[in-house]
Formats: sequence, structure tokens, C-alpha cells
Amino acid sequence: MSNIKHCFANGKAFIGFLTGGDPSLEKSEEFILEMVRGGADLVEIGVPFSDPIAEGPVIQAANIRALDAGSSVDKLFQLVRKVRRQTTVPIVFLTYLNPVYHYGYEEFFKTCRLAEVDGIIIPDLPYEEQGEVRPSALANEIDLISLVAPTSEDRIKEIAINASGFLYVVSSLGVTGVRKEITTDLPSLLQAVKAVSDIPAAVGFGINTPEQAAYISRLADGIIVGSAIVKIIEKHGNKAGRYLYEYVKNMKEAL
Amino acid sequence: MKKGKFGKYGGQYIPETLMNELISLEKAYDYYKEDADFNTVLSQLLKNYAGRPSLLYYAAKMTEELGGAKIYLKREDLNHTGSHKINNVLGQTLLAKKMGKTRIIAETGAGQHGVAAATAAALLGLECEIFMGLEDTQRQALNVFRMELLGAKVNKVTSGTMTLKDAVNETMREWVSRAHDTHYVLGSVMGPHPFPTMVRDFQSIIGCEAREQILQAEGRLPAAIVACVGGGSNAMGIFYDFIEDTSVKLVGCEAAGLGIETGRHAATITKGKEGVFHGMKSYFCQDEHGQIAPVYSISAGLDYPGIGPEHAYLHHIGRAQYVPVTDEQAVSAFEYLARTEGIICAVESAHAVSYVRELAPSVDKEESIIICVSGRGDKDVAAIARYRGVDINE
Repeated sequence: MSNIKHCFANGKAFIGFLTGGDPSLEKSEEFILEMVRGGADLVEIGVPFSDPIAEGPVIQAANIRALDAGSSVDKLFQLVRKVRRQTTVPIVFLTYLNPVYHYGYEEFFKTCRLAEVDGIIIPDLPYEEQGEVRPSALANEIDLISLVAPTSEDRIKEIAINASGFLYVVSSLGVTGVRKEITTDLPSLLQAVKAVSDIPAAVGFGINTPEQAAYISRLADGIIVGSAIVKIIEKHGNKAGRYLYEYVKNMKEAL
Repeated sequence: MKKGKFGKYGGQYIPETLMNELISLEKAYDYYKEDADFNTVLSQLLKNYAGRPSLLYYAAKMTEELGGAKIYLKREDLNHTGSHKINNVLGQTLLAKKMGKTRIIAETGAGQHGVAAATAAALLGLECEIFMGLEDTQRQALNVFRMELLGAKVNKVTSGTMTLKDAVNETMREWVSRAHDTHYVLGSVMGPHPFPTMVRDFQSIIGCEAREQILQAEGRLPAAIVACVGGGSNAMGIFYDFIEDTSVKLVGCEAAGLGIETGRHAATITKGKEGVFHGMKSYFCQDEHGQIAPVYSISAGLDYPGIGPEHAYLHHIGRAQYVPVTDEQAVSAFEYLARTEGIICAVESAHAVSYVRELAPSVDKEESIIICVSGRGDKDVAAIARYRGVDINE
């Protein structure tokens, strides 16, 4: 069992996302540990990219702040090494493909293994294009985490059967961002996943409140929260640590 | 070759949410491109509405002055809406209607594609929204008003560098949110499959006509075909029918802005590296960390950090050559063509004119060179005046 699957072993998982290096690498380290203290079962670190086409305004702005502060793939590997001395929580990178392509697939995944990154989510790498990345990911035992969307329909089966780590179920059409309401028929979407695979399924995009968390955790194995966390960081900057702890604790308790 | 790939370039690097939409689009396109009714309607529109075939004009004065090969201009500037963009837009908008879509969205840089999309939407009765970088809306204010006159809504994009690249980002974000009734009319031979192939096919009419016209005029193929390249749709359109004719030199002119050594340019093949962005594997201007670099050109239509994957492939196999042309060279060619032939071409197309000014004298007088004049230059007159420091009381 990969380290990632462990986080789904004891109840519903809370997965927290932040953009690596926003507002600084030191603060990201502190914020990750605060989220873990608050009960996060897995932490997603966003590798900032100049043109994050799947992100809404909140995470776009975080990408710019992180890049302006000098964040880069290598610096995030250093960040993970530091975090690893303090926690065994599973860590995955969320990154667009170009920085990985540029780094070199083999070199990137080898460094992931050495830094003890457990998985990778690449929003602009759909199932059909995963072939070029998969051998390096497999060889280095890094879970390549696939996404399914409300529009995936007949694609769900093949994606779910071949998924590793967990399956990222996109709750809504569009880009990332806090949503008041999630209008997708999530029960049907998750049923379609569960019918073909027993891989843990975590739902993300738009989740913000403990009420949403409670509802979705009845359907899925975990929830992923990004924009709501990044908003706290945007609002409180260097002082966001204790707010993140409280937010994650509340959300985790709602699961 | 694998579906949707040109060698290793191309592909479908796009969020999962859009994958089924792209698959449906590919199926619809594969079906309708063989459909007799669809092709009849499209041909009629191209002829009676867009004004095709466009002229292949023999530029006698330019030929004489340069003293080398005979120079022909493929006059895409004479099409309705003033550029080659209408060829692709009519095809895609018709297809969108066949797919049951009621709304189209499009990115635009200089505004030529946006105007063409707004025009087709007005004609065919579809809702239309255009995404345009804030900086480009200022450089091309007249085109914004043209699009609005045509009934389109123009969204000013304020993210990133506020130019074409960011307009593409925002249009993709819009499409991920709303694809069920909306088709994204991508304006160039770029993006995820099937766009590079489909847009090239719709634009290949330029090269089909040019081939027939030059054979009629000269009885032989040209020595070279020269076109400007941003994403590369007019170039791909005129190159495509000549790819097998290896005696015909194919040249794409990239925007070198203030000069390729200054870092202020959009010379993707000359200075970029391989990467994956906007749905495709190709060449991109990027930094040492794989972040997409800010690019610059006087021409809003060439101000893009990538190039279509088929161009990357033609470069890779050595079939086409890509050369940088600076703002200064392009502006001087813009003025040159106006004075010499009485044709005010788009500043994008002027990049190709500039290269031919250098090339033609060294090519035999019996040979010919075709320049693709991709668009007309009315939209650029104010910017050229500003560039030359002339106050025209806009």
C-alpha cells in the first residue's frame, strides 16, 4: 500500500492544498505543519505556474505571489525535505506539465522519490497523454493521480481502473474556486467510480464550508480544499498559521 | 503518425473536464468534413460572403525594384473582415451549429480573429463572446468597437501579461465552465487536437488557390512561400499544399520585437524551447524553470509565446525555415509596401514582406516568390503613427 492509501485507512480524509512558496517557502513549511496539526490527512503542494489554466482567480493570484517570491520546483523539493523531518503525512505535488517536462521526467520523479513526495497531480495531463510520464512515475514509485470530471461519463471506467494513489473527483465544471453550491449530481458520479474500482475517491473544486464537507464525506472517501485555504493565506499573510489550524480542524471534525 | 500528433508535437494536454468535448468535436469534424451538404454551404459562404478566391497579385513594381524573383502577393487582406481569419471562422462556426451549439467564444490578439468570429456569429445567428487582453484592447481600440457593433460581447482580460496568451487562458477557462452549449472557435493552428488539424484544413484553401493561381500565371511552382507566424494559421494554410513539393522553400517569419538578443520578442522557434502549454506539445518562449515567458511584438497578432505543433514538426524535420524579423524591419516593410504597391498590409504580414525584401534579390528572375498578405493594415495605422512619433489626434 502506498503512503497515500494509508491516509484513507482511518475514516474520511481531509486533503488541504496550498501554493508552494506563497507568501514564502518558510511560511509554506509552517502552514503545512499547522494543517497537519489541525488534522489534514494529506497535503497538496501547488507548484506555481505562470499560466494555470485550470485555476480560478484565488489560486491564480497565489501562483503570482509565489513566483514573485522566488518559488521554483527545486525550492519546493527543499521545502518537502524540511517538512519530512517533522511529519510523515503524505505529500503530493499539483503541477502543470510544462515545469515537469522542462525538469525532465526521469529527473523530476527521481527527485520526488528522494524528497519523499508521494504523488503528483497534473491537471493538463489527461489519461490519453499519461503514457509519456507513467514509466518514470512507476519506476520511482510516485503515484500519478488521475482526475475525473462531471463530463467524464464513459471515460470514468478506464481512468478509474488505471488510477493510482487516489482518484481526484472534480465536483463542478469550470476552474478552481469557492462555490456556494455544488450542482453536479455527485452521488451518480461517485457511484460510477465505485462501480468499477475500489480506489479511494476524493472530491475537490468548490468545497468551502463544514456543511459541504459533511455532505460530500457521506459520498466520498475524502474532500480536497484549495481555494478556501489559499484565501485564508491571502487574507492573513504571514499570520495565517493559526487560522489554517482552526479551519482545518473544523472541517476535519465535520467529516 | 499517432492521432493528433505531428511527430512528437501536438497532442491533447487539457483538463479532463474538456476531454469528452474535444472527442465530440473531433467526431463531428471528421464526419462533416466529408459531408457534401456541409462543404457546399461552406464553399458558398467562402465565395459569396468572404469573397474567395482571393487574388494572387503580381507585384510588378516591387519585383522591379528588388531586381530578383517575381513577387506575388496572396491577397488575404481582401477577404471580408480583412484577413485570412474568416476562412477558419466560417468553417468552425458552421460546425458549431451542426453540433447544436448556440454560442461561440474566441480569443483575439490584434482583433482580426475576434472580428471574424463576431461576424460569423452575426451571420449564422449565434451568441458570441470575445476574450481580449486589456493591453490589446488599447492597442486595437477600433476593433473592440467593431466587435461590439457586430453584436459580440468583448471581455477585457486583466490576468498575466494582458495579451494574446492570457486571452487564450481566459477563453479556455470559460470553455471548461460552459461547453454544453458553447464552442470555442480557436483562431490558430494551435491548442489541443483536433484544433491544429481542423484549423489548418480550413485555412488550406489559401495554398490550394495559390498553387492553381501560380501555375496558371507562371507555369511552374514558386521558389519560395513566405508568411508571418504567430500561432501560424495563415502560414500553415498557405504551406500545406506545397509540403510535398520540396523544391518550394517554406519560410515562416517570427516576431523578433526589439531584437532577439533583447529578450523583448516573440521569436518562438528561434529562441524558444520544447514544452507543453495551451493543450499542445510544441516550442514555447519560457524561462529556465519552464515558466512561460512574457513576449513582445509591435504586432498584437504575433505577440504569442508559442507556435502551432505542425510548424514545430516542419521545423524539426527541416522542411520549413523560421526566421526572426524585428519591429523596425516590419514597420519599414509596412511603409515600403504602401508606397511601392499602394497596399497597406497588416503589420503581421509586413514581417513576411520584410524578409522577402532581403530574399528576392538573390533569387533568379525566372523564379517566383509568394508572400501571404494575411490581412489588411487599417487597424495598424494608428500604431505605426505612434511608432514613428506622429501625432494623428486619435
